[in-house]
Amino acid sequence: MKRVHGKTIKTITIDIAKCNGCRACEVICAAFHAKPQYSSTNPARSRIRVIRDQVADIYLPVYAGEYTAAECAGRDKYIIDGREYDECAFCRASCPSRDFFKEPDSDLPLKCDMCESDPDITEPMCVQWCLSHALVYEEREVAVDKVTAVDEVDIGLKALADEHGWPKVMDAIGRMREPLPE
Amino acid sequence: MRYAETGFNLEVDLTRGSIERVATNPRDTEQLLGGLGTNARLMWDRVPPEVEPFSPENLLVFGTGLLAGTPAPGCNRTIVSAISPQTKLFAFSIMGGFWGPELKHAGYDKVVIRGKSAGLVYLWINDDKVELRDATHFRGLGTLETAELIRQELHEPMAQVASIGLAGENRVFFASIEQGRSSASRQGLGAVMGDKNLKAIAVRGKKDINIARPATFIRHCNDALKYIEIRDKNPIPGVMPILAGLGSPQEMRENDEQWHTENFMWGNARHRRKGFWTEQIHEKWTNTMETMRTRLLSCHNCPLKCGAAISVDTRICSYMMKCFSKLTYTMAAMSDLDFGLKIAQKATEHGVDAFSAPQTMAFAVELYEAGILTDADFPGWPSDPEGRFYWLLDHIVGREGIGDVLADGTYWAAERIGKGAQAFAHNNIKKHEQLPLKLGMLNPIYFLMYSTGEKINITQIEGNFPQTPFPTKEEREAFVKDWEHVPDERFKQWFLDWEMRGENSIPNYPPIDATSEIVHWQEMMHYVDDSVGVCAGLSSFPLKPPYHLHNWPSIISAGAGLDLDEAGLKHVIRRTRTLVRAINILRGMRRTDEKPPDDHWKYRFPELETKLLDAYYRFKGWTSDGIPTRATLHELDLDHIADEFLRRGILKEEEEDAAPATALGAASASDVTAGAGGAA
Repeated sequence: MKRVHGKTIKTITIDIAKCNGCRACEVICAAFHAKPQYSSTNPARSRIRVIRDQVADIYLPVYAGEYTAAECAGRDKYIIDGREYDECAFCRASCPSRDFFKEPDSDLPLKCDMCESDPDITEPMCVQWCLSHALVYEEREVAVDKVTAVDEVDIGLKALADEHGWPKVMDAIGRMREPLPE
Repeated sequence: MRYAETGFNLEVDLTRGSIERVATNPRDTEQLLGGLGTNARLMWDRVPPEVEPFSPENLLVFGTGLLAGTPAPGCNRTIVSAISPQTKLFAFSIMGGFWGPELKHAGYDKVVIRGKSAGLVYLWINDDKVELRDATHFRGLGTLETAELIRQELHEPMAQVASIGLAGENRVFFASIEQGRSSASRQGLGAVMGDKNLKAIAVRGKKDINIARPATFIRHCNDALKYIEIRDKNPIPGVMPILAGLGSPQEMRENDEQWHTENFMWGNARHRRKGFWTEQIHEKWTNTMETMRTRLLSCHNCPLKCGAAISVDTRICSYMMKCFSKLTYTMAAMSDLDFGLKIAQKATEHGVDAFSAPQTMAFAVELYEAGILTDADFPGWPSDPEGRFYWLLDHIVGREGIGDVLADGTYWAAERIGKGAQAFAHNNIKKHEQLPLKLGMLNPIYFLMYSTGEKINITQIEGNFPQTPFPTKEEREAFVKDWEHVPDERFKQWFLDWEMRGENSIPNYPPIDATSEIVHWQEMMHYVDDSVGVCAGLSSFPLKPPYHLHNWPSIISAGAGLDLDEAGLKHVIRRTRTLVRAINILRGMRRTDEKPPDDHWKYRFPELETKLLDAYYRFKGWTSDGIPTRATLHELDLDHIADEFLRRGILKEEEEDAAPATALGAASASDVTAGAGGAA
């Protein structure tokens, strides 16, 4: 059975040609998330970083995404308009290969939360502080097809069974499954 | 806990190779804020007037402003100070960019350099780990080149680097310290760094900067940003485009250079070229700018885009330029913008000041044309003006042949050359090259600013009061309507009554006492900026800026945990200003040194000028020779300076009657009781 429902997607469009490299986004992000709020600032704690290379004229704001425990096995390089971007430049992960998006004291991963707060604010602070409009906030509704998600699990399990056989897969699920509540 | 500042300085002795982290006294912050104020205190306390600029005892201080690195937009300044080789006075040059905030995040307010290293080294500050590293492999390399190689060597792409080029290494008197996106250019601080055998300071910091009263502070920050946005969309009518907005004059964005090219002087500050700006020039220069400018850039946490990345031949960004440095080489060489931007790239890598260097080169050309210098002085001298400038740049930064003489700047070069060369070093104040500007009628406000500004640079004292009267009463009335920035209502009246012609025009208007107050206000704002560490482009330099006398006390207090009111702030700033003067007085600066170039205005009024200076000195609480009186020093808790002046015979007991109580002094005295700055 298909159940379709709406979901709000929060996006920040990043226009790197408009970035003036000032790092106000880093400053206000760190201050907003400080406890108590605004009691300190520190770009090292920011969930947005401007990757900068003034020799190559690169100014690239990147938001903190998911934590990943492992580095990528292979890396990519991007060359855009003659500028060569670092192999991890566009990646949002908090990852062992670089010191972005980690609390400097604890190394715990940081992730952009779009400044969700109570009371709610209109736009993430980095967007509000970017008077160059390199960062533009947008919300849009998307339809989410839940059945598709279930189908994906089916496909995944089938693939595993094809490779390892059902007994092995069942055994693994049994071992990994959290105990049911008493 | 310390707020806004870190409470620690890094003390580096290059002779011994020692590095210490030293806690600072919070009382100094209450008394002098930070940046320039506390830099000046270090200079007074530790560098006696006998110390020569190129002595290990000269202190080279990189001091961040009190609010630098906090979320307050535009607070990113580092005040670099030392005794200048050129003026032999206290030099303080301000750099923006990103270096200062990085230093704060590493946990230090200042880097205090003394001594002299045996070999060329650089300082690497990485939070708590600080080390001196060999820099011999960077000898002779360019400033930006060195910075990039250091980042690579350290595997620290995020490190901020302040470095010198060949000019600094060779102690050129107008060598700069470059930082990629900004520089401390004036008065030869790069030469002092070179003399100490310090090629660069690289910094990386990952610590917090704390705010004392976060809610109030962030409200001010948001207000400033909102104001900047509105002000940016509403340039001031009737003012030329580059001065109608905020920030540094927007010469990277604006292509119309008629005003500079037709009103400023070309060559060795000599030739006015009326009618220069034609349609063809406009088109050609616009094309040059749009081909070479790859991006407009900002300093740390500032929405204004005063700088531009200039790329002379490829898509690769070569260097950062801003403001009038766009035109200084072009105009000095009587050439065009294409040449100006290209030679500036080389000059930035060598690390020279974009005011003094082209002026000195044009001075050399004039001496050659006058026969004072000859072909023998210029082996291999090309015949075209551009080729000559490149030749001069190479010889100056290398201190080769005549370049060695010219490397001391126009004043000292003229002294060494003799044969009447002194007359060609005509555009100096206190031995320091000035903007190439020659005007008709003496302006009393500018007369005082040129004479007494101790940064010795007109752009570093002028600002909040319009440069010229507005033509009509209606325009003036419209201007003062939202002019909340003035210290009080009288300033509006002085401006309203200021006419372009007739009785109420220059040189006799504004009245002498009003002139003192207008100059004092403008100068005070620059001293606030240099203590707080904000860019002048958001406070003291433009008309109607976001930061002003009436909101600074609350911003500073909320950020740093002080308890300043307006009177308290004025008192603290007056203390800093007096301390700077005291250092220079001890070094022999007197009234005779306080004068604009003789040919700055065509129409001069010696009697009026005397009265203006008399009145201003009195207003400031200085003797008729420009020395702060004992009473003034006492009011400002600077009795130890008065004692030193008496001990050295600079002030004499019997002269104490010299300055009767001044309006300023009386106001300050009552300010103190009204609750001047205590710590929270």
